Amino acid sequence: MNTGEADGNVIAAVDAPTAEDGSGVIHILLLTVGPIVLALVISGALLLILGVNPLTYYAVVLERGLFTSLGLEQSITRMGPLLLVAAGLIVAFRAGIWNLGVDGQFLLGAVLAAASAPALAHALPPALVLLASAILAAIVGVVWSLLPALLRAYHGVNEIITTLMMTFLGTSLANVLVKLMFLDPATTVPQTRTLPVDDRLPRLFGTTINAGLLIGLLAIVGVQIMMAHTAFGLKLRTVGANPVAAAHAGLPVAWLTVLVFALSAGLIGLAGAVEVLGIQGNVRADWNPAYGLAVIPLVFLARLNGYAAIAFVFLFSVLSIGGESAARRVGVPTFFTLVLIALIMIILATVEYADQRARAGRAS
Amino acid sequence: MEGLLQVPFLTALLAGAVTAGIPLLLAGLGEQMSEKAGVLNVGIEGMMLGGAYAGFLTAISSGSIWLGFLAGACGGALVAVPMVILCVQRGLNQIVIGIGLTLGLEGLTAILHHVQFSRTYPRLARVETLPIPLLSDIPILGPALFDRHPFVYLAFLLVPALAILYRGTNFGLWLRAAGDRPAALDVTGIDVIATRTVAVIFTGLMAGLGGAFLANVGAGIFVPFMTHGDGFIGVVLAMLARGRAASVLAGAMIFGGCLSLTTAFQIAGVNVPTDVIQMLPFATVMVVLIVFGRQASLPVALGLPYVRGER
Amino acid sequence: MPADTLMAKPHARPQPLAAPLVALRGIGKRFANVVANESIDLELRAGEVHVLLGENGAGKSTLVALLSGLLQPDAGQIIVDGSPMRILSPGAALALGIGTVFQHVMLSPALTVAENLLLGQGWWRRPARAALDQAVGAIARDFGLNVDLDAVTGELSLGEQQQVEIIRGLLRQTRLLIFDESTSMLTPQGIEELGALMRRLVERGLAIVFITHKLDEARRFGDRITVLRLGRKVGEISSERLEALDDASAHQEIVSLMFETIKATGEAVVGKERKRVAMSGKPLLELRDITVTGQSGSTGIEAISLSVWPGEVLGIAGIDGNGQKLIAEAIAGQRRLDSGKITFGGIAIDNLDVGARRKLGIRYLTDDRLSEGSVAAFAVSANLLLKEIGKEPFWSRGFTRTAVIDVHANAQVKEFDVRTPSIRTPIGKLSGGNIQKALLARELFGDARLVIFSKPTYGLDYNNIVTSRRRIAEVGARGIAVILISTDLEEILALSDRIAVMSRGRIAGILENTGDARLAVGGLMVGGALEHG
Repeated sequence: MNTGEADGNVIAAVDAPTAEDGSGVIHILLLTVGPIVLALVISGALLLILGVNPLTYYAVVLERGLFTSLGLEQSITRMGPLLLVAAGLIVAFRAGIWNLGVDGQFLLGAVLAAASAPALAHALPPALVLLASAILAAIVGVVWSLLPALLRAYHGVNEIITTLMMTFLGTSLANVLVKLMFLDPATTVPQTRTLPVDDRLPRLFGTTINAGLLIGLLAIVGVQIMMAHTAFGLKLRTVGANPVAAAHAGLPVAWLTVLVFALSAGLIGLAGAVEVLGIQGNVRADWNPAYGLAVIPLVFLARLNGYAAIAFVFLFSVLSIGGESAARRVGVPTFFTLVLIALIMIILATVEYADQRARAGRAS
Repeated sequence: MEGLLQVPFLTALLAGAVTAGIPLLLAGLGEQMSEKAGVLNVGIEGMMLGGAYAGFLTAISSGSIWLGFLAGACGGALVAVPMVILCVQRGLNQIVIGIGLTLGLEGLTAILHHVQFSRTYPRLARVETLPIPLLSDIPILGPALFDRHPFVYLAFLLVPALAILYRGTNFGLWLRAAGDRPAALDVTGIDVIATRTVAVIFTGLMAGLGGAFLANVGAGIFVPFMTHGDGFIGVVLAMLARGRAASVLAGAMIFGGCLSLTTAFQIAGVNVPTDVIQMLPFATVMVVLIVFGRQASLPVALGLPYVRGER
Repeated sequence: MPADTLMAKPHARPQPLAAPLVALRGIGKRFANVVANESIDLELRAGEVHVLLGENGAGKSTLVALLSGLLQPDAGQIIVDGSPMRILSPGAALALGIGTVFQHVMLSPALTVAENLLLGQGWWRRPARAALDQAVGAIARDFGLNVDLDAVTGELSLGEQQQVEIIRGLLRQTRLLIFDESTSMLTPQGIEELGALMRRLVERGLAIVFITHKLDEARRFGDRITVLRLGRKVGEISSERLEALDDASAHQEIVSLMFETIKATGEAVVGKERKRVAMSGKPLLELRDITVTGQSGSTGIEAISLSVWPGEVLGIAGIDGNGQKLIAEAIAGQRRLDSGKITFGGIAIDNLDVGARRKLGIRYLTDDRLSEGSVAAFAVSANLLLKEIGKEPFWSRGFTRTAVIDVHANAQVKEFDVRTPSIRTPIGKLSGGNIQKALLARELFGDARLVIFSKPTYGLDYNNIVTSRRRIAEVGARGIAVILISTDLEEILALSDRIAVMSRGRIAGILENTGDARLAVGGLMVGGALEHG
């Protein structure tokens, strides 16, 4: 089973259009924007059925997610951890590894960052506290992926099962840690100690946006460059596309597989730290933003391209921040964003497929 | 701790295992057919939610639990239709579409529930049981297994029925061939796409039934996101069961047992955190994979679309 | 059971030129950028072995796909029993009595032989095992086929799997049986048996289509030969004419049809001046008693000892699956040795990985061009450097230097005559011959000191076979040591200085390639095979 690159495709089963054929970029844009518009129309119809004026709803979403400075800042702030998750997923998927264990890796990273930062605050200068917590979170993410990695690399055990198992385990373990080990005695709600706002990730340019955004951007651009322009990236893609050929070419397939898991889970664990150190300040029991299911569609919409992923993560952030406000103002639950993203994804996949059929037809 | 091996604890544990295990059993059995036929159906979580919502809505408005199950099955199958069209017939990426469906149904059912019931959570009456004479009087086993709603018996009967279908009919062979080397099935004149379509729709029906059971019998209410990963557990059960229906049953009961341990512990007066107990089944699976990892086997063509004339 | 009906058929030896069972009229089929078939007319008659002869890419396999319902023609008609038919699915083909023995065996490896044979029946029924036993028993008796119905298909050799496919064809009420390149997997003895089997089948009134690119098989087994080239039918030799011609002129005629421009030299090999390699010096490569266990039931290798000197071509002959590939993998570093020792240029290399051995000059050109040799989705340029990832000058401190890579790719494509639309074309879109050229370019790049060729001409067409063999001879002439693994005895005899014969994972013998080597090698191969069977 492949994540797509093996067949030269991402979403559909045939070749994705490439920028090689002159009109490529425009074509891809059309193929991307079209489905988004279509999805907006269909979900608009759904809103009508629910008795909400879709235009009002979309206007509120856009206003609160994009056109007010507070909303825009919130949307951009949310991008930080999402970009890190996206970067982690792109590494894995392009190397042919289905890391479906995002939530476990993310939550454990978050909990360990939330537990360590306040604890270290007395001993270390603030910058070092943040650095240490972030590194710890990344390491925890790596550790949580180790078992699936080793099982896949040396025993050939399907990582879909193992990463799913580890994510369920991780989610429960995160709760256990919050409730039993890192409980803040000062509050009645079960949660970790809260990192004071001043000790969190620094704000950027006098806005509420924190440095997590930069970390996220750095990670995803770095991943994109690594996969597309370095020998290491090519090695990973070779392993992903054809492990037999990779072994034949002398690549250490098992070791590279473990590395992929580590990179992917490390970035996702770091995402947990950025979420906590930049935005939440603590972790409450039973908290799970379920970024895994949300970001997987985004990176596929972006055809596993890092730059495109930035755009889709931004779109998602605007939709979800705007959607949260709209829930209060218009009375449409926040879950609507899920429906919208799902629709965009399914329509995009279908349109891409139809486009390839049309191309194949034209070519013959 | 002395309460642990006494009758109330064991009864609660076993009864709870069955109640929590039936949705997993149905999901696992459904997924198993898809996976046999070469379709990795990650949309099953969405299918369960679709079934749970449709089943609950129908049961509460009609007052008939059976109509509820019927609607649940239909709801699950309806969610399977896009999977069939996009993945089986058109060959789009099964995992991507599956996750899309799960995501979409999570949102859709939550919104519909919100619109229909706002913040109220109406509750269904506790279902009537159909005690089986004599058997239901056996201590521990009786109340857990033989004093249940008839649907539970039917769900258990599905296991031998499917085992017979897989082992004793040509359709069972078709499924295996469709998942192993679809072209080999095609050249014998059997339609691979049709075989896989049947399998995926069956998955939808089963997942929908499982969801409806979860809402109508297990909980008595519908709560958004209530499947809580049950569908994914179904995927894992199917992958671990290596094609045997009985193994899905065993796995579903073990998972169900772990999920019901908390309640059983409470009855026994032992306080163990829920989260710790919830980790048990997953930890067990990991241990099993570590020990037997090498032998894990999946259909060769799992996840791959079939296009006639291409290799 | 269908088989009984088949057996019960009267001994209908149809008159020559009876109405054709299946006729193709003006058949055309196009793919994206390729014309696979164009206005092909063909008549297939009961009682005749009709050979379709042509190079790879001549359109033979497309024609099979059209007849077996896997593809539909864009133009023309398929006429069955006098009336035009559209064969929309494999099921429809079977219903018309058209059965196919596919080139790439179409059996489910996870099912048993019996289960595979039972696939096409009513869904609710119990697999009709008893009836199957009977029917297969009858076929086995009548046609001298033999299979174990309870064996798991994936564990059978390719030759055995092909027998299962033939039986499957016979189980149905097949009237037309198509053999698509069926001899490519068979031993010389197996080929003869297949020829005899086809003869028995036509005598029972079946029509046979036999597809091959080997001239002598066409001549020996065929009643009628149709030659295809570039998707078109370029000629047909009728049975009367075939009988009238003597071997040499038939050969001449076929070859001129197949390759208009190529002189019919008679042998698709490069004449070789056999040289005495100075074996007094130190051998470049030395295997001493190496043993590797086979995986999942396949043959391992045991106590293999051999030496190769610079400039020498060592042929390794043997029937496929006797451990040849393991030797190649062990030398290239893809397999760990259970025991034994490999030295190369005086250095023990047992513990070196693939990359380190390549650096020393060991090159391995695998026979599995698409699944092992290349990454189908990657550009030709990337595949040319698949074994050099990260090396200067193509990468600088780990970063890809696209310009340098492109220059390299263009030069290689030109030097090795790789026909590709662009160096950015995914290599999977090229023909087998061109992929082979690209892989050869990759293996000969840099300082090669030993090149292992594994079945270098398998599945290639005539032109590419000639080119490939010339390359191999050149490589040897340049002072590079060559190990040539091939199941084609002619190829081994034409190119090798010495010949090692493999049988059941051991070396049955190593001989000088002198005038009488053919008989000796054949004896060792067959001796091993008999023992094996």
